[in-house]
Amino acid sequence: MHYGMCCLCVLQPRAVNVDLQTDATLQVDISDALSERDKVKFTVHTKSTLPNFKQNEFSVVRQHEEFIWLHDSFVENEDYAGYIIPPAPPRPDFDASREKLQKLGEGEGSMTKEEFTKMKQELEAEYLAIFKKTVAMHEVFLCRVAAHPVLRKDLNFHVFLEYNQDLSVRGKNKKEKLEDFFKNVVKSADGVLVAGVKDVDDFFEHEKTFLLEYHNRVKDASAKSDKMIRSHKSAADDINRIASSLYTLGTPAMFKFEFEFTSSVVESGLLRFCFIALQKIEARVAADEDLKLADLLKYYLRESQAAKDLLYRRSRALVDYENANKALDKARAKNRDVLQAETSQQLCCHKFEKISESAKQELIDFKTRRVAAFRKNLVELAELELKHAKGNLQLLQSCLGVLKGNT
Amino acid sequence: MADSTKDPPPGCADLQELEDAEELFPEPAAPPESEPASLPAEDISTNSNGPKQDLLFDEDPEDLFAEATEEVSLDSPERDLLLSDGPSPAITPITPPTSVITPCIGHAHDDMFTHSSFDEIEEEEGGDLFDMNISVSDPEKVGDGMNAYMAYKVTTKTSMSVFKRTEFSVKRRFSDFLGLHSKLASKYLHVGYIVPPAPEKSIVGMTKVKVGKEDQSSNEFVEKRRSALERYLMRTVKHPVLLKDPDVLQFLESSDLPRAVSTQALSSAGLLRMVNKAADAVNKMTIKMNESDAWFEEKQQHFENLDVQLRKLHASVESLVCHRKELSVNTAQFAKSAAMLGNSEDHTALSRALSQLAEVEEKIDQLHQDQANADFYLFSELLGDYVRLITAVKGVFDHRMKTWQKWQDSQMLLQKKREAEAKLQFTNKPDKLQQAKDEIKELEGKVQQGERDFEQISKTIRKEVSRFEKDRVKDFKTIIIKYLESLVQTQQQLIKYWEAFLPEAKAIS
Repeated sequence: MHYGMCCLCVLQPRAVNVDLQTDATLQVDISDALSERDKVKFTVHTKSTLPNFKQNEFSVVRQHEEFIWLHDSFVENEDYAGYIIPPAPPRPDFDASREKLQKLGEGEGSMTKEEFTKMKQELEAEYLAIFKKTVAMHEVFLCRVAAHPVLRKDLNFHVFLEYNQDLSVRGKNKKEKLEDFFKNVVKSADGVLVAGVKDVDDFFEHEKTFLLEYHNRVKDASAKSDKMIRSHKSAADDINRIASSLYTLGTPAMFKFEFEFTSSVVESGLLRFCFIALQKIEARVAADEDLKLADLLKYYLRESQAAKDLLYRRSRALVDYENANKALDKARAKNRDVLQAETSQQLCCHKFEKISESAKQELIDFKTRRVAAFRKNLVELAELELKHAKGNLQLLQSCLGVLKGNT
Repeated sequence: MADSTKDPPPGCADLQELEDAEELFPEPAAPPESEPASLPAEDISTNSNGPKQDLLFDEDPEDLFAEATEEVSLDSPERDLLLSDGPSPAITPITPPTSVITPCIGHAHDDMFTHSSFDEIEEEEGGDLFDMNISVSDPEKVGDGMNAYMAYKVTTKTSMSVFKRTEFSVKRRFSDFLGLHSKLASKYLHVGYIVPPAPEKSIVGMTKVKVGKEDQSSNEFVEKRRSALERYLMRTVKHPVLLKDPDVLQFLESSDLPRAVSTQALSSAGLLRMVNKAADAVNKMTIKMNESDAWFEEKQQHFENLDVQLRKLHASVESLVCHRKELSVNTAQFAKSAAMLGNSEDHTALSRALSQLAEVEEKIDQLHQDQANADFYLFSELLGDYVRLITAVKGVFDHRMKTWQKWQDSQMLLQKKREAEAKLQFTNKPDKLQQAKDEIKELEGKVQQGERDFEQISKTIRKEVSRFEKDRVKDFKTIIIKYLESLVQTQQQLIKYWEAFLPEAKAIS
């Protein structure tokens, strides 16, 4: 099955709210998206009053790899070492959904037309949900960049937004992926070493301990919430199947020979409707939990990782600075290459101080963002759960009213 | 001669004896009216031997008691002897199957058998509405090791006149229930009554209990069984004919009950049962009945469909129970994780909110657990019961086929004998001829009886099926209502929890 969905005229509220300041000077959003067989094409739409853009409003089409390229260019830029780099959006993953749709197509002969249509609708809804989520993730990334006072001025970012040709950014080939892998290994080993270095500054020491623990806890919570939501979806699927069975049990064919059972036909129809509605509500509950809770946790898993990376870079700079100090002392003692050592030490000092300064602000902002995001999502989660429970309750009570009234 | 039966009077479980006895006694002062209609509710059955069966088909099916005598005997006593555990000793066998049956045997409810006019009986019938509640409770382990068993307390609360007291209880074990079912099945199944099946044996489950494993799964097993036994008894007594059966009454009332040994799976009776079942299955395949009554064909198809649908539904509900239990476990784990997250969060208000979230999720996980139990006990078990009941219904249809076959066989045999007699006419063997004529007369009687049996079982089945369907619809409705009410409660609790949480979330600043 080939799905080309062109949708999203109205973007749903962002899955993860990062409470961004949108100001008129630069507004970025994803106005449209197209899902093709193995890639997704995002239409990135920009509105800006900044002089460096040729027009005030324009759009380009970008793919996932180009987002990753942009993200990596930030990470590799030494000037941005002191900032929390907004985490890259996850790769669009429709494999599971596509597989399910394919299996459904193969099994078409073995189920009734009604079952088939129903399952197809559900799988399509699932596909659409995943699609919307991936669009939201990509959009959030761009918005975070646009909201950042320094990153929004980045040249690569402007190219990304404006250049209406293909950026010819290819995905990393095997060799590069291997290099990345080793870099990460080295980094984590290094990170352990660096983490051991006690920080003089209380603020950073506290942040280090906090982030380490927080990151792990978020990881755990994210995994557990995923599991919980999956069970919820399975239960919703079961209710769906029950509704189908009740439908067949309630058809007139089952009762046609007895007049007194006609009321039961109505009741069975009612029951079936009840179960179908229950299932829809359960499915929506699961979907909302997914959106408000699971996605939130996943996002902050990535952001806390980015914050940890910042701390790592700072510690790395600190270590470099301390090493440069030691080298300077040695050079002075030996009275050799003093100037070189002095310049080097000054550079390290400057770098470290610059990172420390911006890092402090970044981490404070991170906390503010995090608290705001959790607040918004938890409130929305509670409100949605209430809405669904109340809806369920009403449905069940009216159903019961009819059933009991008919006895 | 075998006549169809409605309800064997006390002591008539001793079939063989009776059948012979019947033939010895001259035709009792049986009222000329024959044959009460089939079914439901009361069962007085009668029969007159011999050709007085004209009024076999009662025009008014609701007319229960055309007759008040009881003479009973059952078909194929040999087979039934194997199935039945024999007469319940508390009931002393009565010998004379005459119409003058004194209430005897200490059961007050036998007076119905002595009513000579059916008006009286009908009145009694009408006045005695079904009002009975049986509960199975207090499972208690008795004994030790592999000989241990669970004893259940069976309490009956009733206002019906059929019982001596209004509230009484006895102790029974699982094999007692199986024994009861076995007796009822042997008496009623082959005349077309749908006898509710007993709960299934479970060697694994019981072994765990015997061995003394006191864990949750064996507790669940005992609870599941207790609930199943309760439903079984309620279903049995709801059947108007079975309710009056002496075995049922004895089961509910008398404090001593002989052990039903032939219910053990590996006993010789058990093995014989299995062999018979296999033989039956083969026979079923070879019987090709000319169905003259479209109703039966339609119904059989209907039950086949119902069977398939119910099994499907049952499977889905079982799956739901499983997933809800899983959901409960996962929610609990998430709750713990959220609590940890709350602990590590350094913003105080957010930290508190996350802890609250954890608490809410913990309560919700308990809700899911409770809901899963409701799913199971209300919904899933009911469906399981009905899947087994449908099998019993199908069995009853099969019996009808067998009855038909028997009738056909007698007819064919009669035909052969007639041909043989015709041939004998031309030979000079007067005694052989006489013998042939006698045999023919006997066979003619058999054929007529066979036809009557067939008509009777068909009638019974019609009534039974109608009753079954009514009950099924009622049953489902009751259970569904209960189930929906449990769902309502869950939602109400959810609303409470989330409403308590919302201000905490809003308080984050």
